[in-house]
Amino acid sequence: MIEIIQPGIFSSIQDLGRRGFRSIGVGQSGAMDAMALRIANILVGNSDDAAGIETTLGGLELCFDADCRFAVTGADAEVALDDQVLSVWSLATARAGQVLRIGWPDAGMRNYIAFAGGVDVPVLMGSRATDLKGGFGGHEGRALRQGDRLSLLAHTSQDDPGLPFGIAGRKTEPESDSPVTTVRMIPAAEWGQYSPDTQQSFLSANWQLDPASNRVGFRLRGPMLTAKTPRELLSHGILPGTVQLPPSGQPAVQMMDANTCGGYPKLGVVIAADLGRLAQTRLGDAVRFVLVSPEEALQALRARENLISAVRVVCHHRG
Amino acid sequence: MTGSRDVDDLSLSSLGEAAILCQLPEGSLNFDRQRRIWALAESAEALPGVVEVVPGMNNLLVLHDPFTLSHAALSELLLGLWAKASYKDCAGSVTEIPTSYGGKAGEDLPEIAARAGLTPEEFVALHAAGDYVVYALGSQPGFAYLGGLDPRLATPRRSVPRPLLEAGCVIIGGEQTAVQSRTSPSGWNVIGKTDIEFFDATKAVPALLSPGSRLRFVVKEIVL
Repeated sequence: MIEIIQPGIFSSIQDLGRRGFRSIGVGQSGAMDAMALRIANILVGNSDDAAGIETTLGGLELCFDADCRFAVTGADAEVALDDQVLSVWSLATARAGQVLRIGWPDAGMRNYIAFAGGVDVPVLMGSRATDLKGGFGGHEGRALRQGDRLSLLAHTSQDDPGLPFGIAGRKTEPESDSPVTTVRMIPAAEWGQYSPDTQQSFLSANWQLDPASNRVGFRLRGPMLTAKTPRELLSHGILPGTVQLPPSGQPAVQMMDANTCGGYPKLGVVIAADLGRLAQTRLGDAVRFVLVSPEEALQALRARENLISAVRVVCHHRG
Repeated sequence: MTGSRDVDDLSLSSLGEAAILCQLPEGSLNFDRQRRIWALAESAEALPGVVEVVPGMNNLLVLHDPFTLSHAALSELLLGLWAKASYKDCAGSVTEIPTSYGGKAGEDLPEIAARAGLTPEEFVALHAAGDYVVYALGSQPGFAYLGGLDPRLATPRRSVPRPLLEAGCVIIGGEQTAVQSRTSPSGWNVIGKTDIEFFDATKAVPALLSPGSRLRFVVKEIVL
């Protein structure tokens, strides 16, 4: 059992999300930075899709009431177990009564905490993820609050290294010193209907991530893209990563808690391999888009899966 | 609600690396097109490598595993399926939605009835006389996009959306009517309320309605 002492700005239970229920209006939900949650799970010996906690800009404090192996991944936050400073992207063992604190990150937005066994909340429609808009899943269908007590599932793995173990997390994504997050995008149906000027203006801008951005969607601020905007379309299925252009002339990117349907014209879809990096972009920081083909997106996805496989191999051979 | 049975060209586009959006030439919503979209959805769902199908309003989103079924291969299969897609029928049974019209829970009724040049009673009678079909579900869990609203009842959405509108509220937005399936923000006009639950995440079949479901509103009372 773990108890939430402070939930921070916004923390929720997430796994890799809900599939197969879009046709009844139920969206995907799940970790915004799926790779970070998967690696946290691999570090503690869980399956990739076990449920953990996703935090937003740190501020989380929780207390363990039994010994527990856990790992924190994601944003570059200061992590402490009582007075002991821990590295992000590493495995640690808490003793009963110890308190874990996730501080304000220097870079990135979201941290993931995986616990050996995973968080034990009911599986609804194949997932333990919180669907905040739907008000179900996760812990009582809502964000975590002070005093919430979460059970953990029994952990089956026998090896307990007892020693801290981690990976160099910053190497898991293409390194960049630039404060601009560049994400790759596959053009969508209406892209070709915009004028070359509008397309160029979209691709050359450093879009500022609006503070009103959240798990539902990211709003972008930059040059007005109003010229020759296609009109609203009949409602159709949309996915996390879909970049829409509403009549405001300012693009928005659908994220994990997005509606299943939408009708705004679409510029493109951020590739799956880059969605987690977009999710870690700090509010107020800049985002740029580059166009790629579906084939390039698949190469990137394969590269990501190879990296995760490599992490899995390393973790299974530790000690 | 009926329209031309010409086989419209299906246009396909990528929605990311793992989904294809199938759309029809622009035009107003068409019931026969929707019946073929349902048929396409059913046959596409059976294709190995297709992981999810999402019918929309005269369109279909097909999610696939791009490592086992490529974009190009899926596109070809979809065009083939579309060419021979039949017109899928609606459910035989009709779900009745007992509705209290007007009153606090349906407070926009007097205003939008007046706007349509009708008394609230006439407005309600026309609304309850409609034979509605679920084209698709989306937006919120269990929320059904319905076809079949009498054009006389069409009402533009409110300029300022309500920050929260309760589940069960019967609403009209533009040329569509619907029922709120979850308490959420809404810019649609509210004309009544039902106690029917449209979504329960804990049930084996969480949504009351599915594409092709038919429903009818039954007047429980009119509160003015």
